[in-house]
Amino acid sequence: MLLFLFKMKIPLFCLALCSVLVSSFLVVAAYAQDADPIRIGLMTVKTGPLATGGIQMEQGLDIYLRSVSYTIAGRPVEMIVADTGGSPAVARTKAQELVERDGVDAIIGPLAAFEALAINSYIAQVGIPTLSIAAAEDMTQRTPNPYFIRVSSSSAQASHPMGHYAAVDREFRRAVTIADDIAYGQEMVAGFQRVFEENGGRVVAKLWPPLNVAEYSAYIAQIQNVDVVYMAFAGINGLRFIRQYAEFGLQGEIPLLGGMTSADESILRNMGDEALGVISSSFYSSELPWPANVDFVSRMREVYDVNPGYYAVSAYLEAMVLHAAIDAVGGDTEDKAELMNALRSVELEDSPRGYVRFDEHGNVVGNIYIFEVQQKDGRLVNTPIKTYENVSQFWNYNSEEFLSQPVYSRNYPPAIYLGQ
Amino acid sequence: MTLYIILTINSITMGGLLFLLSAGFSLIFGLMRIPNLAHGALFMLGAYFGVTFLRMEVNFWIAVIFSGVALAIIGGVIERLLLRRLAGQELAQVLVTLGLAFIIADVCLLIWTGDPIPLNAPESLRGVERFFGIVFPRYRLAVVVIALILAIGLWFLLERTRLGAMIRASVDDPEMARVTGIRVSRLFTIVFALGAALAGVGGVLSGPILSVYPGLDAEMLPLALIIVILGGAGSLPGAFLGSFVIGFIYNFGQVFFPDLAYVVLFLPMLLMLVLRPQGLFGKDPL
Repeated sequence: MLLFLFKMKIPLFCLALCSVLVSSFLVVAAYAQDADPIRIGLMTVKTGPLATGGIQMEQGLDIYLRSVSYTIAGRPVEMIVADTGGSPAVARTKAQELVERDGVDAIIGPLAAFEALAINSYIAQVGIPTLSIAAAEDMTQRTPNPYFIRVSSSSAQASHPMGHYAAVDREFRRAVTIADDIAYGQEMVAGFQRVFEENGGRVVAKLWPPLNVAEYSAYIAQIQNVDVVYMAFAGINGLRFIRQYAEFGLQGEIPLLGGMTSADESILRNMGDEALGVISSSFYSSELPWPANVDFVSRMREVYDVNPGYYAVSAYLEAMVLHAAIDAVGGDTEDKAELMNALRSVELEDSPRGYVRFDEHGNVVGNIYIFEVQQKDGRLVNTPIKTYENVSQFWNYNSEEFLSQPVYSRNYPPAIYLGQ
Repeated sequence: MTLYIILTINSITMGGLLFLLSAGFSLIFGLMRIPNLAHGALFMLGAYFGVTFLRMEVNFWIAVIFSGVALAIIGGVIERLLLRRLAGQELAQVLVTLGLAFIIADVCLLIWTGDPIPLNAPESLRGVERFFGIVFPRYRLAVVVIALILAIGLWFLLERTRLGAMIRASVDDPEMARVTGIRVSRLFTIVFALGAALAGVGGVLSGPILSVYPGLDAEMLPLALIIVILGGAGSLPGAFLGSFVIGFIYNFGQVFFPDLAYVVLFLPMLLMLVLRPQGLFGKDPL
């Protein structure tokens, strides 16, 4: 019996071996024919609750690559899309597949910070340039990864200016914050609180609904006796909160400020009047007036019939930066360390978000805008009302001093005015 | 003081919403002895049907009814074609409902995309009521009234009709019910369809409060589970009381123990399982 099995297996094994050999010859032949393509791996989320943003990332990347006819530095470009499903474990596997099976030259993505943290050590170990929107502060601060670069914004990069705007421009004095109880929400709130309090404001209550909370009414009931509310939500929680805020009659009574993903375009297109008047800070909205953005927005509308927001523009910008870097190394993507250096020295004069460069930690330096939700041509849009120019992740703090302090968290900086 | 009043009203409206979710779950659990893990998905599917009906400019209440009917049909089909084949194999049935939950969620994502979709409450129920300076959304108050009407209707069905008597007999002792000539297997289909219909109705009614989005199913299912374990499987008064208890625990817990939001929700369930596994109103241990 055993012998029989053994006999059976040998021919099968030979067959398998042959087919592997043949297919690898075919692959080699294919390589020799064309100019070797540049392979870009997009790690995104196409299923589950994060899918809205993930699909927009793919659209933004596609729009950019179309604009250059899928050719960079004379080489054809291949986009390989991997769906992580929003799971760190899958992200790790997919990253390995992209690198080891598909042989990608760079990774764009992943979407969520917890996914980026899951592949963090792997990308450093194999040395694959990774351009991600993952906002976790320490990925470009206390524990920077030499192969990681961020062209969107760190968590607090856009919330520092909001703290300034709230305290100085609007002269709000008493604020309550409400945020998803995850690192992203905590870091945004910490940045807002720090600058707001340094300019005379007081955060008198901090509310932390769990990420998957079904309903916000218990939290909204606690919003009393304040001038302003600051919210920091990810995914669709901003939509749910803003709706319930209006449902309880607070819209127009207490101004509502938000972090970058609390009221971005992906949420606004599913909202109505309840979002009017929400003020948020971010590095981008589809309403930015310069030609580079008007052009991008019109192509997104034409092809996908959507206004691009946070996710779409991030992938688009990442592709722009990657393009500039590959041009700088003359199209040779073999030496990943050199490509990484080129990526970090990229300067974009004219991108949809404005001028862009990178600091020594691989994080973007660029404009942060304050937006207000208004109605325009029957759509809700984020109209820019103030610009903070060339904002770095350290706001106007000394970077060494900043890095010597603990990373932003739920309890740092300490909130000394709670309950007052 | 106003905080307490607001929280109390919030707790009551949340209880109403939770009853819409858990009534069907409890009925199915009681009769068929399985937690229907697709219940959250059916709830979400009902809400998405509501979205589609409302986009076709159907009246809100008609959309609620249509959605309930559609889910009743789907529930009936699931029971006849899938669960019936596994009669008596409770573990297999539970796994089937789990698989269905994933399938339904993915189909919803395919059809309705990943975008969150808010439903609008009917015109007459938008806006707020003010009592003594406390603002309260009118629609939420309406949900409590609907939950009460539904609870009374279901109570009447179970306690005062022949069908209800058969269901109660089968919940208490399926073998004996069968011996007396009740077609328990047909009751299974009816109850599963009814439970699915209740989920569908609850889904649409909760739309204006929760919005509809991928992941709604996974958020609602544990709540249904907690309520039914607290109240006792198959007991309508149990589901009713459990819903309001959880409504209060949820709202007050989040204010007074904000760091322990999930602990305060699940601890009562754990205690109940240890101390009184049959739940408040359950007749025999699970």
